[in-house]
Amino acid sequence: MDFDPFVLARIQFATNISFHILFPAISIGLAWILLFFRVRFTQTGEQAWEYAYLFWVKIFALTFAMGVVSGITMSFQFGTNWPGFMEKAGNVAGPLLGYEVLSAFFLEASFLGIMLFGKDRVSNRMHLISALLVALGTTLSAFWILSLNSWMQTPTGYYLENGVVMVDSWMEVIFNPSFPYRFFHMLIACLLTSAFLIAGVSAWRALRNVDGPATWKVMKTGVVIAAVLAPVQIFIGDLHGLNTLEHQPAKIAAMEAVWETEKGAPFTVFGLPDEASKSNRYAIEVPYAASLILTHDPMGEVKGLNEFEGEHPPVAIVFWSFRIMLAVGGLMLLVAWWAAWQLRNKNTATKPLLYSLAAMTFSGWVAVLAGWYVTEIGRQPWIVSGVLKVQDVVAEHSSATVGGTLFGYILLYGFLLASYIGALLNLSRKPAASLSLSAINAPQTVNKEV
Amino acid sequence: MEYWLPIIYMGIMGLALLIYVILDGYDLGVGMLVPLAGEAEKDMMIASIGPFWDANETWIVLGVGVLLIAFPTAHGIILTSLYLPVTIMLMGLILRGVAFDLRVKAGDHRRGLWNKAFFAGSLISSSAQGWMLGAYITGLQASTTSLLFSALIAMTLPALYLVLGCGWLLMKTDGELRNKAIGWARMAIWPMGLGLFMVSIATPLVSSTIAEKWFTLPNALYLMPIPMICLFCYGLIVAALNKPTMLDKNRSYLIYVSTVAICLMASLGLAYSLFPDIIIGGLTIWESAASVKSLQFTLVGVVITLPVILFYTYFVYRIFHGKATALSYE
Repeated sequence: MDFDPFVLARIQFATNISFHILFPAISIGLAWILLFFRVRFTQTGEQAWEYAYLFWVKIFALTFAMGVVSGITMSFQFGTNWPGFMEKAGNVAGPLLGYEVLSAFFLEASFLGIMLFGKDRVSNRMHLISALLVALGTTLSAFWILSLNSWMQTPTGYYLENGVVMVDSWMEVIFNPSFPYRFFHMLIACLLTSAFLIAGVSAWRALRNVDGPATWKVMKTGVVIAAVLAPVQIFIGDLHGLNTLEHQPAKIAAMEAVWETEKGAPFTVFGLPDEASKSNRYAIEVPYAASLILTHDPMGEVKGLNEFEGEHPPVAIVFWSFRIMLAVGGLMLLVAWWAAWQLRNKNTATKPLLYSLAAMTFSGWVAVLAGWYVTEIGRQPWIVSGVLKVQDVVAEHSSATVGGTLFGYILLYGFLLASYIGALLNLSRKPAASLSLSAINAPQTVNKEV
Repeated sequence: MEYWLPIIYMGIMGLALLIYVILDGYDLGVGMLVPLAGEAEKDMMIASIGPFWDANETWIVLGVGVLLIAFPTAHGIILTSLYLPVTIMLMGLILRGVAFDLRVKAGDHRRGLWNKAFFAGSLISSSAQGWMLGAYITGLQASTTSLLFSALIAMTLPALYLVLGCGWLLMKTDGELRNKAIGWARMAIWPMGLGLFMVSIATPLVSSTIAEKWFTLPNALYLMPIPMICLFCYGLIVAALNKPTMLDKNRSYLIYVSTVAICLMASLGLAYSLFPDIIIGGLTIWESAASVKSLQFTLVGVVITLPVILFYTYFVYRIFHGKATALSYE
């Protein structure tokens, strides 16, 4: 069988970025949650808060390392696989990535060292500041990379000179139309992912009676964050959708599998979009709902895929990714509110709740991946919407080269993902006290300075 | 502006890559030494690099980032021609990066596996970087000579990292482990010398323009300090390794600092050889530069952040100065 190197290069990029995003999705949210634990410990002096911090900082360190090493891959991939992107759009992409490295990467990497190992070498205040700087660094990093990603979706502030993107206004480039929505949608997604992770792992620990008070506090923190942010996320997601309708109607048409432009378009709950016949088989539809959701008017007009003949994204995968994201999001809202209600009114957690929370541990990952597939595959065939096509920027490697390295990446990532979850399970069995003795006590100096 | 901006960026890129070599070099070196040490020593060695490796690695992201920001065309050409070594290096970096945590977090029965992964990842990345350096300075050609040369540098660059790693252990550890580090450095110093020598003579052999730059008077005289300082530092390292008392009394830093001086001189020499090309005999820095407006925009950020980064890097090293203490990854 002969593989198209272009398709392989796309699969390789998708594999790399899908693996990478799993870890920032946790570390961006968890960094702020850790800061909260540290602040609570400083305020109350309760050992439970310290245990909460000590346990989760271990998982943070592991997650962060996974994010860093898989992120280094990304910075090289642009050159090894997509050199045309940098040649044509480098004037925008270069500086935005550069600012990410300069303002965020060094900050988080340097102060992470103090946060993890410096507790006995710096004051409590400096340690708190380090935790704050790490959290700020992760968020700044998200700011720049999402600005670039949003610019690729909705480019503004540029002009073309011999096919090369030149910058007109940096403000318009950075704060392009879809950026604010995507940035907040992603930040909240990260917080929700972390909230379900900490609540889920804590539920699992509670079922095994590990670290009573600390586990309880962490679970409560996760549940409260999730219960508050899940509805906010749905609201921002709606705004984000309206923004996409305005700037990238082809993506919306694919998300909703609307084949012909129509007024009063139905929302297809289930269906198998078929590009050959341009229809949805076995469709279950809610009349007028798509128009109502997208235009906030039941008779509003929704543009169909017929308007973007040959330049619209693949329909089925975008349609289904969107539905998976919605379903997981809805489930997160339900579980979070159920948990919040039970924790508040009964001040205890029943077994069914604990099992549900544990089952939802990685629900954030599913929603984040599905959401990114909607937005990234929904941008196809463009790499920069309306400006540059993906097929025009790919490097010419043989399919053996790209296929071989792709195979290597898949093996490596499969192994690493299994190891990551394995390590999480392994740590979850242990009480924080058993993990952290040498980090709490004065350092045991093996060899003193002469 | 159009003339100076690419030169400034060339300088920043060179600086980032030099800092990468001297910083990540020592932690890659320590990684390659791990299998030679006892169990407790392994923990100590990894503890000595624990707070730093992450930030150290960020310098290569900055280096390749500057290449991407300032010289997008060259970035594409260089990285596509180095596709396989880059991919292999990345896999090595991934493996060792996660091994720091997983060797203690994945459970005791997995520790041996992750120690091996840590070693293998360090060796693979170092070798791949050597290959990349070799291919780059022979002009990214696919000739047999270029391949042989790349293979040779792939075998010798890890030796430079080993010496840096030993130099680091001399400063950060004591007792038996420190003595072992001296022994390891004695073995690594010779392939390191061979590698440096080969890199030094390769560029003039590949390009007659570069040969002319080095071997005509009066330039040759002005340039003499570069090889002289290299030779002096190399001699100093050899002498100190054979007479370890030279390293006593707060002179633990001697090996590391001398190796850093060699790296500095080598990179100055390389920069002088290359300039103004970014791909030898193929593309100048001006031909491959990004637009002036983009370069200016980023330069503002560089001027503000780079000193701050250097300052807090110093600050972190200051906090963790002195002999390493057992720190817990668990």
